[in-house]
Amino acid sequence: MIEERRKERLDRGIKVRSEGIYAISSWEEMAYLLLPRLFLISGMLALPLVMPGLYWQRVISIVGIYSLLALGFDFLANFVGLVSLGGAFFIGTGGYIAAILNTSFGLPPVVTIPVATIVGAGTCTLLLYPCLPLRGVYFAIVTLMYPLVFARIIEALNILGGTDGIVGVASFPNRWIEQYCILITVIISLFGLRRLVNEDIGLVFRGVKDNDQAVKASALSINLYKSITVFIASALGCLGGAYLVHIYMWSGISQFALDFSIIPIAATVIGGGGTLVGPILGCFILVPISELLRAFGTLRIVFYSLILVAFIVFRSEGIVVYAQRRYHQFERWVRV
Amino acid sequence: MDILIYGIINSVSLALIAIGFTLVYGISRLPNFAHGALYVANGFIVWSLLNILQINYILSIILSLIITGIIGAAIYQFILIRVRGMATSEIIASYAIGLAILEGFRWGGFKGMTYTLPVFIEGSIEIAGIPVDFQRILAVLIGGLAIFLLWLFTHYNRIGLALRGMAQDERAAMMLGIDSDLMALIAMALGSILAGLAGVVLLPMGNIVVEAGYNVLILAIAVCIVGGLGSWVGAVLAAFMIGFAQIITVRYIASHFHMVVALLAIIITLILRPSGIFGRQKQLEERV
Repeated sequence: MIEERRKERLDRGIKVRSEGIYAISSWEEMAYLLLPRLFLISGMLALPLVMPGLYWQRVISIVGIYSLLALGFDFLANFVGLVSLGGAFFIGTGGYIAAILNTSFGLPPVVTIPVATIVGAGTCTLLLYPCLPLRGVYFAIVTLMYPLVFARIIEALNILGGTDGIVGVASFPNRWIEQYCILITVIISLFGLRRLVNEDIGLVFRGVKDNDQAVKASALSINLYKSITVFIASALGCLGGAYLVHIYMWSGISQFALDFSIIPIAATVIGGGGTLVGPILGCFILVPISELLRAFGTLRIVFYSLILVAFIVFRSEGIVVYAQRRYHQFERWVRV
Repeated sequence: MDILIYGIINSVSLALIAIGFTLVYGISRLPNFAHGALYVANGFIVWSLLNILQINYILSIILSLIITGIIGAAIYQFILIRVRGMATSEIIASYAIGLAILEGFRWGGFKGMTYTLPVFIEGSIEIAGIPVDFQRILAVLIGGLAIFLLWLFTHYNRIGLALRGMAQDERAAMMLGIDSDLMALIAMALGSILAGLAGVVLLPMGNIVVEAGYNVLILAIAVCIVGGLGSWVGAVLAAFMIGFAQIITVRYIASHFHMVVALLAIIITLILRPSGIFGRQKQLEERV
């Protein structure tokens, strides 16, 4: 006779103790809460210092841009229920606006990036507004098509520099400024969004995801809340796009390329959707791997497509969800 | 006159491209974003059989269709079956598979102008003063035939009827003893074969390039969205609408706008009427 046993998962005592205001009663509990956050922040701030060479420092900035996009994707998909496959659309809009402001009006990056963020986010929200009532597959398809149609229109009409793009965009004065600005932006957006989804308005967002009819029945405009979230997500994307343009000193059709749509999604799946930290961690893993594999050409796209499929099929919870579970809970075998 | 002739050719090509996509979606509610990849993959398989293994053209076409069908079935059986019903995961997984296949071909060295399939019959004929080559006429004939055969299959065959039953009401079909997963598997294999058939018929008119895979996917989605996802009659009619719209745009505006027409058709249809022109309106599933 085999003894039947199962695994039981219980919250750690320290997690329960540190949940409320009582967390400040002991150093141990405060450390339990603060250590993961401090580890993340200090790790990110230390990264540029430990990176060897100029090339890898440039990679850090690119990782930051992808992190912003992935953060926006996770926020839209897992807190509002809008699956947007159009990350490239945000990047492209922000990038072109920043490039035009810089080359045509001679404004410095300090001005162009914030302006491109706000104006770009407004433009994206306005253009996506008619699609907001769509749900599920339909919203995903329509957002996938937006960057493609804009790239094709720019190509066909030969506007905004056509296939050559806009060249001669100013770069950052200093590479330390370049990296720390983007990393600090990522940290601020991360903690800002975490706070936002736990406020009252975050409750409405999740209501829109889970049961939009109920939200409607509460006399709240779904479209208004959806456009607020799209504005936030596209602001993150446009900021990334404007940043990218100033890093590469060039803006072109390739900013509407599918890379910007697919990598954030892959990062979210790998890092763990619905955690907001997960996508960022996913970017910090995926983008450097993809840089290492650059020598293999398009094989790297094959590589992370396969990783994506494997994760989505076999381990859809992601790294951060798993890590959080290990941190907060312990497991033991109990007799059935 | 040339608008009419080339419009019909273009429309039937579009219908041929889209019919596999709409078949899979209609039966198993699975948006197969690897459709374009299968289209290109079949072209490469035919090319390899023809030039590396030196097999007869017709035989290699038949073989390649079978191989593509098996690939499609394998994709469903090993990967997509696990995420079925989760709309986002379905899209991401199938799109990633398609991306892996296409970029794998690009990495494998299939690029540039060197890979072409021979046309079935050389030469051209003049219809009402406009020269049309035999390949295009054959494409129209084969497209029409494929659609007709599919119609026969789904109306006068036990498996075909089971497929239609699944498409209309999956639960009721399961209660009547139809194996839902098996039917979805068959639908996926059939859809892949149709994608492959489109590749075989249309690729000889140009080069086999990886980019064609992405364009074919967009065109298939455009036709299916305008016609209504899962509606077969709608897909054929929408193919004619988009086909003629493209030809007229190319004729009177500029040839650059060829793809813009399809993309705009998707966006406008989704905004105005997400279930398409002929789809059944399912208000609550599509929009708030």
